[in-house]
Amino acid sequence: MSTDTTTPPAIETPWRRLDKRMLVVGPLNSLGRLLPVVALLLITGQGDVTRLWIALAAAVLVVAAGVLRWRTTRYRITADRVELHSGWLRRERRSVPRDRIRTVDLTVRLLHRAFGLSLVRVGTASGDSFADAGSLSLDAVSKAEADRLRRALLDRSPVAAGTAAEAAAPGQEIARLDWAWLRFAPLTFSSLAGVGALGAAVFNLFNELGLGPRDIGAVDAAADRLAGTPIWLGIAVLGSAVLATAVVGALVVFAERWFGYRLTREPDGTLRVRRGLLTRRSLSVSEQRLRGAEIVEPLLLRAGKGAQCRALSTGLSRDAQGGALQPPVPRGEAHRVASAALRAHPLEITQAPLRAHPPAAQVRRLSRSVVPAVVLVAVAFGVGATVPAASWLGPASLLLVPLAALLGLDRYRNLGHELTGRHLVARQGSLQRRTVALQRSGVIGWTFRQSLFQRRSGLVSVEAITAAGEGGYTVLDVAASDGVALADAAIPHLLTPFLALPTAHDHDHGSRVPPHGAHPTD
Amino acid sequence: MATATVPGQPPLRPPAHQVSPRAVRWWQLNALLTLLVLTVPQVVVLLALGPNAPSWLAITAGATAVVVAGYALVVPPLLYRIHRWEITDEAVYTLSGWLVREWRIAPISRVQTVDTEHGPLQQLFKLATVTVTTASARGPVKIRGLAADDAAELARTLTETTQATPGDAT
Repeated sequence: MSTDTTTPPAIETPWRRLDKRMLVVGPLNSLGRLLPVVALLLITGQGDVTRLWIALAAAVLVVAAGVLRWRTTRYRITADRVELHSGWLRRERRSVPRDRIRTVDLTVRLLHRAFGLSLVRVGTASGDSFADAGSLSLDAVSKAEADRLRRALLDRSPVAAGTAAEAAAPGQEIARLDWAWLRFAPLTFSSLAGVGALGAAVFNLFNELGLGPRDIGAVDAAADRLAGTPIWLGIAVLGSAVLATAVVGALVVFAERWFGYRLTREPDGTLRVRRGLLTRRSLSVSEQRLRGAEIVEPLLLRAGKGAQCRALSTGLSRDAQGGALQPPVPRGEAHRVASAALRAHPLEITQAPLRAHPPAAQVRRLSRSVVPAVVLVAVAFGVGATVPAASWLGPASLLLVPLAALLGLDRYRNLGHELTGRHLVARQGSLQRRTVALQRSGVIGWTFRQSLFQRRSGLVSVEAITAAGEGGYTVLDVAASDGVALADAAIPHLLTPFLALPTAHDHDHGSRVPPHGAHPTD
Repeated sequence: MATATVPGQPPLRPPAHQVSPRAVRWWQLNALLTLLVLTVPQVVVLLALGPNAPSWLAITAGATAVVVAGYALVVPPLLYRIHRWEITDEAVYTLSGWLVREWRIAPISRVQTVDTEHGPLQQLFKLATVTVTTASARGPVKIRGLAADDAAELARTLTETTQATPGDAT
């Protein structure tokens, strides 16, 4: 209709609605959550007509809310922004610049899956990236639309994304599930936490239905039999039952979470993690915005020679699986994936040989773990002295001291840092050992922190500030001058004007790269 | 200004500027308010219960008063001596903290927002706090106890500089 002009008329991008099927799925979802309550209402109020009406009214309200939500939620993607309008009484208008988008997370829950829908969560970069404000979610759109959004939102090429050829390109596979990894499942806390949550949910359900565990015949009989046996046997039986449940539960949670796991590098420049049996998830991380990787080894997993690699990027959710690029895997595999994700040799990142920290750091780690243990022991003896029944508490607590000492020693042994060609690598922790490889170009500031005690032992903690992940990664307890030299070498020029004695530290940090290499000089 | 380093401290020279001398009074007033909040309830209970009041209450009330008053006398001048800040064309550099010292450096090119804040007590002393935020959740650099005029001037320069820098600073 319009004639050609030199500047094309600003075409209003049409607003889109959530998928029509949400008119069914939304209410079903809410009803599902209300089901125990409704069931309870109906069961306890047999013959009572008003209760039936209440239930019916609730159902109507739920459906109406679903329709209203669908009617009022609109979104669109313009050339440079993503906009989302929602709400009726309390209208919410969100608008996010597209160049702030870092991750796209597609989640398909069971019900969504039955209707071919997918939830889309867009992670963005912002100062408070952990607040909910950092993300924008569409619940839910069709699978095809979700895929289109995933491509469109993370693609920066000026050409419109989602062409047929690109859609067909398979992406290069970096890793896929090996069922032998199932052996690591019981060794992670997040699995155990998942089991706990599952147990709590089941218990809650029974509770809402008005059933106690003892209403179930088998449980009741077992409880009676247990009551008749000596206490140590009872504890042993109960303990092994809990352990067995935890192990089986961890296996189930692992299988549900990581079924069909694939890590691929997509042609549109993203890393994509796909996983899940019942709830299927797909996490896409813009590679250009990847700031590093982290190898996480909780104590049990470390003992089993396992590890897990996580991506450092902004816009990742903060739950236990936030940024996980893989399930718990053998250590070597974790380093391999980190290296593939960052396109760097493992020795340049997470497997780099690290510098040990000064002996003063060992004293500090030890005192920080042993002193609290000694205090606890003193308290235990104090309680034992005043309460005769608890007199065993003191001697028993003595066990804490060697444990704390071991913990302190291990924490010191794990301390380390190194500056490689493009990364700052730092390791710390014992109960949860973490090795972080952070891109030097991703560091946007430094914080040096020194307590009175650190000052007396000449140590300092250096925190590299970054937009990704947790916002800052610390190199714990390095010698004060080494810490400053490290930061100075990692980003040349930034620190130089603030150094006290510009020539006093011919430290060899950064010797593996030309001192001012590749940094824009001014 | 190659000042000699104190052994054990990071070899960084202190930032160029001190905060406003009025900040000492502000910190002292803060401490005194804390003193009131902590001791007044104890004294009220003490008076209300009269002879029935537990004997330790008088001791804790007295101890709180002594500790906080001591803090108000000793620490604010110390804070004034320690707290320093500096803005160059490339970076914001601050030093703060008493028991735990903190040196923070943020490149100007990564600054996203600059906020100036005047609390009620700060207004009393014509002081302000400038918060410089970068893209990181751990990043904000705060300069407390600046003279209000200096703070406004500082915020203006910083805002100008950051607006001149393209990109989203992540």
